[in-house]
Amino acid sequence: MSPLLVIATSFAYLLLLFAVASYGDWRARQGRSLIGSPWVYALSMAVYCTAWTYFGSVGRAASTGVWFLPIYLGPMLAMVLAWVVVRKMIRIAKTYRITSIADFIASRYGKSPTLAGLVTLITVVGIVPYIALQLKAISVGYGVLTAPGLAAATSVASASPQPAPVSPLWWQDSTLYIALVLAGFTMVFGARHLDSTERHEGMVAAIAFESVVKLVAFLAVGVFVSYGLFNGVGDIFAQALAVPELARLLTVADPATGRSFAYEQWFSLILLAMLSVIFLPRQFQVMVVENVSEQHLKRAVWVFPLYLLLINIFVLPIALGGMLLWGGSQNAETFVLSLPLAYGQNALALFAFIGGLSAATGMVIVEAIAVSTMVCNDLVMPFLLRLKRFGQRASGDLTRLLLWVRRLAILGILLLGYLYFQLAGEAYALVSIGLISFAAVAQFAPALLGGMYWKGGTRAGALAGLLCGFGLWAYTLMLPSFAKSGWLIPASFVEQGPWGLELLKPEQLLGLAGLDNLTHSMFWSLLLNVAAYVGVSLWRAPSVSETSQALLFVDVFDRTAADKPVFWRGQAQVAELLPLTARFLGRERADKLFADYARQHGAASVLALQADARLVQFVETQLAGAIGSASARVMVASVVQEESLDIDDVMRLLEETTQIRAHSLELEEKSRSLELATAELRRANEQLQSLDRLKDDFMSSVTHELRTPLTSIRALTELMQDDPGMETAQRQHFLGIVVAETERLSRLVNQVLDMAKIESGHADWRTERVDLRALVRHGVDTTAELFREREALVDVVLPAHEVPVVADADRLTQVVLNLLTNAAKFVPSTRGRVTVTVTVTVTVTDGGQSGMATVQVQDNGPGVPPEEQALVFEKFRQGGHNLNRPQGTGLGLPISRQIVEHMGGRMWLRSSPGEGACFGFDMPTAPNMPSGQPPETAPEKNEHSPGDTA
Amino acid sequence: MNQSLVSQRLLALFFAGGMLLNFPLLALWNHPAQVLGIPLFPLALFAIWALMIAALAWIMETRQD
Repeated sequence: MSPLLVIATSFAYLLLLFAVASYGDWRARQGRSLIGSPWVYALSMAVYCTAWTYFGSVGRAASTGVWFLPIYLGPMLAMVLAWVVVRKMIRIAKTYRITSIADFIASRYGKSPTLAGLVTLITVVGIVPYIALQLKAISVGYGVLTAPGLAAATSVASASPQPAPVSPLWWQDSTLYIALVLAGFTMVFGARHLDSTERHEGMVAAIAFESVVKLVAFLAVGVFVSYGLFNGVGDIFAQALAVPELARLLTVADPATGRSFAYEQWFSLILLAMLSVIFLPRQFQVMVVENVSEQHLKRAVWVFPLYLLLINIFVLPIALGGMLLWGGSQNAETFVLSLPLAYGQNALALFAFIGGLSAATGMVIVEAIAVSTMVCNDLVMPFLLRLKRFGQRASGDLTRLLLWVRRLAILGILLLGYLYFQLAGEAYALVSIGLISFAAVAQFAPALLGGMYWKGGTRAGALAGLLCGFGLWAYTLMLPSFAKSGWLIPASFVEQGPWGLELLKPEQLLGLAGLDNLTHSMFWSLLLNVAAYVGVSLWRAPSVSETSQALLFVDVFDRTAADKPVFWRGQAQVAELLPLTARFLGRERADKLFADYARQHGAASVLALQADARLVQFVETQLAGAIGSASARVMVASVVQEESLDIDDVMRLLEETTQIRAHSLELEEKSRSLELATAELRRANEQLQSLDRLKDDFMSSVTHELRTPLTSIRALTELMQDDPGMETAQRQHFLGIVVAETERLSRLVNQVLDMAKIESGHADWRTERVDLRALVRHGVDTTAELFREREALVDVVLPAHEVPVVADADRLTQVVLNLLTNAAKFVPSTRGRVTVTVTVTVTVTDGGQSGMATVQVQDNGPGVPPEEQALVFEKFRQGGHNLNRPQGTGLGLPISRQIVEHMGGRMWLRSSPGEGACFGFDMPTAPNMPSGQPPETAPEKNEHSPGDTA
Repeated sequence: MNQSLVSQRLLALFFAGGMLLNFPLLALWNHPAQVLGIPLFPLALFAIWALMIAALAWIMETRQD
C-alpha cells in the first residue's frame, strides 16, 4: 500500500476526531452536552484498550493461549465494586475539586505538596514506557501496511529474533513526527483553555467515538478471518486442535509434560489489571474527573465489561488462524493487519490500521492530558510558588502561564516517550512494558483506597508506603528489565544479585523462588507498601489537617454541601481573596464566582460579603481545581491570617457541625408535627363551626316551631277572651285547635327531650315481646286521618304468621308513625300512594335459625337525591327544598334510627329521584319464632282508600 | 435504590467472580473437551465472564423501590 494513502487516511481520521471534539465542546458551551449519557461514559472508559489490545493480545494469544484474558477479567471484577468505590471517588473529587490522582492523594493527607510531587514522579516514570509502546505500535503498523515483507519481522512488544534493522537518524524518523503530531493534537484537545473543573467535553466525545471505531474495526477483522479465511470459529478451533503446538495453547495444563498452570501468575495479573483500570491516569481522568453524573456509573459498570468482552471475542480465532496459515514465520502481533493484507483486503487492512491508530492515539491523548495536569499542578506550580520572587509578583494573570506549562508538559511527555522508544528500540525493555506500567500505578492503591476508608491513614504513612512500593517496583521490575536488555546494568545483576549477594536477587528476593517476575514483584511491592502505610500511620496520631481531611473524605457520603464542616479559623479580607482568585482563574471568572457566592449567601454585593471561614474554604476549593489543592492551600495561606487549629479545635468544629445537623433535623421534625397538629386543629375547628351552625339552625327552627303553635294558641284564646259572646260551635272549634296545638307543642318538647335522653343514654326502655304486625296496623290506623286529608292510598302487606320482636312497643310505634308521617308529607297530593310491607327472612346457621323482620314504607313522592340520602338521617336536617319544606323538627328520623339501632336493628333508605322513597328498617326477630313457616305465605293485604275510616 | 442491598449484592458477586476465575475453581475446566466445537477452557472463561456481566447488569438495573 502506498505510504501516501496511509498517511493521508491517518490525517483525515485525526481531523475527523478533531471535528468530533470541537463539536462536543461547542455543544457543551451551548449547554446541550453531547456526553451526558451513560453510554458515552462507558465508551470513554474503553480507552483502557490501547494498541496493546490490538497487537499485543493477539501476539500473546498466539504464544500462550488464554493468557491475554486476565488483563480484561481484572476490570470485570473492578467494575463489580465500582458502584461503591468509584462513586465515592467521584463524590470526593467533585466535592473538593480534585482533578488528578496526585491531587487526590495529596489532598487526603493534609494537602501535602511532597506527596503530590512523589505521585506525579511515579506516574511519569511509569507511564513514559507505555507511551513509547503506543508510538512503536503506530510505527510498526505503518511499516506493515507499506512494506509488508520487511516489517513483518519486527515486533511491537516482544523481542525480535532477527538483528534489528538500522534505525534511521532521528530527524528522518517518522515516529518522531508521529509523536509531534500527537502532541499537537493533544494540546488542542486538552490545553486550549483552562477549566478549573478540568472537564474536557470535546475530548471525551472524541474518545468515545474512537472506542466505537476500535471495536468495529477489530470485529470486522475477526469476522473476516473466521468466516472469510475459514469456515467459522468452530473450524478454526478444530484445525488448531489437530496441530499439537496449537492444541497446547487451548488447554490449561498438560500432565504429560508436567507443565502446570501458573495460577499464581493468573491471580496476580487479574489483581494488577483490577487496580490499573482505576489508577491508570487516563482511567482516573475519564472515570472520575470527566464524569458528568454519578448515575451514569450505574449503567457504565456493566457496559464497559461488555465492550471488553466483545473486543476480545475474536482474539483467539485471529491468533490461531494466523498461526494455522503461516506457522511461526510471521509476527503474530500484526496479524490484524497482515492477514487482511495478504488476502487482498486492502481496505480492511487500512480500516484495521485506523482502529489501531484510534487505540494508540486515544491512550496517548488522555494519558498526556492527565499527566500534564499533574505535572503542572503538583510539580511545577509548587516549585514556582516557592521561588520568592514569583510568589510576590503583584497581580499578574497566571492563567496564561498555567496553560503554557500544561502544553509544555504534554510535549515533554511525548518527547520522553519517543526518547524511550529510541533508546530501548528492539530491546527486551519493551516486553510486557504495559504490565510494568500497571505495576507502577498499582502502588497508589493502598494510599488512595486506604485514604478513602480509613481515617487513621497519615501523610507519613502514605509517603512511606509509596516510597517502599515504588522502590521495590523499581528494584524488582524496572531495573531487571534494563539489565535484560543490556542497558546500563549488567546481566549479572539479575542472575547473581547485586555484588553477588544472592539474597538480594531482584527476581528472587530473600530466596523466594518459584514465582514469575511479575507476581514476585507485585507480592513484595504491595506487601511492603501496605505494611509501611499501616505501620507508619499507626506510629503517631494523625495531625490536625490530616484528621480534618480524613473526616471530609471518609465521610463524604454522610455530609451534604450544607453542613460540611469548615476546618479553618482566622481572618481574611475579600479585597485580598478576589484578586488572588483572579490571578489563577481569570478576572471574569473570579468576579462571576464571587457574585454567585454572594447571591447564594444573601449578601447585597461582593463587597458586602463576610470574609469568613466558609468563603476562604470556597476560594481554596476553586483554586484547587486550577492549581491543585496543595498549591491552593499555599496561595490562600499567603493572603490570609490563619490561626492554627489544634486537634481539639477540629473535634469541636466537627461536633458543632454534627450538633447543627442534629438540631436542624429536630427542627424539621418539630415543624412537621406542628403542621400535622395545625391541620388537625383546623379540621376540629371546622367541625365545631359547622356544629355551631347546626345548633343555630336548630335553635331557630325549634323556636320557630314553638312559636307557631304558641302564636295560634295565643291568637285563638285572645279571640275567645275578647269575644265573650262567641258561638259555642266556634268556641269549641277554636278550643279544639288550641288543644291540638298544645299537644303539638308538648310533642315537640317531648321529642327534643327524647332525643337528648336517647343520645345521652338516659332513656328508659321497656322491652317486651310484641307482634310487629299489630304495631304496623296500629300505626297505619293512627295516621289514617292524615292520609285521608292528602287523599293518598295506603297499602299494607303483612305476613300471615306472627312476627315477634323484642322491643319497646311505644318507641317502635313511634318509629312506624314517624315513617308514615314522613311519607304523608312528601306524597303528591291527590294521587299519592304509600305501601307498607312487613317481611321476614330466615337464615339457617349452625346454631339454629335466626330471622330478620323488615318493615318498609314506600311512597311515590319526589324521592331523595343520592347526595342527600345520608343527610336525611342527621339531626335537624329536613328533606325537601327550602321553599317547600313541610313542617317538622328534623328530629324524627334521627330519633327513629337511634331507637331501631338500640334494639339491634338497622334503618335505611332506598330511593331514586322521581321514583319515590322507601324508608325501612330491619330488626332481628325474637328467638323461638314458630319455625317451619315460610315467609310471606298468603300475605294479608289491606287497602285503605280515602273513603275508609279506621 | 436500596443502597445497602445493592452494596451487599455487589460484594457477593465480587467474591463469587474472584473464586470462579481463580484456582481452584478454574481448574475444574481443565479438560481437553469441546463444547460446540470450542475448547472447554476458553469457552468456560468467556461464559463465566458473560454471566458476570449479566448478573452485574441485573443488580444495577433492577429498581429497588
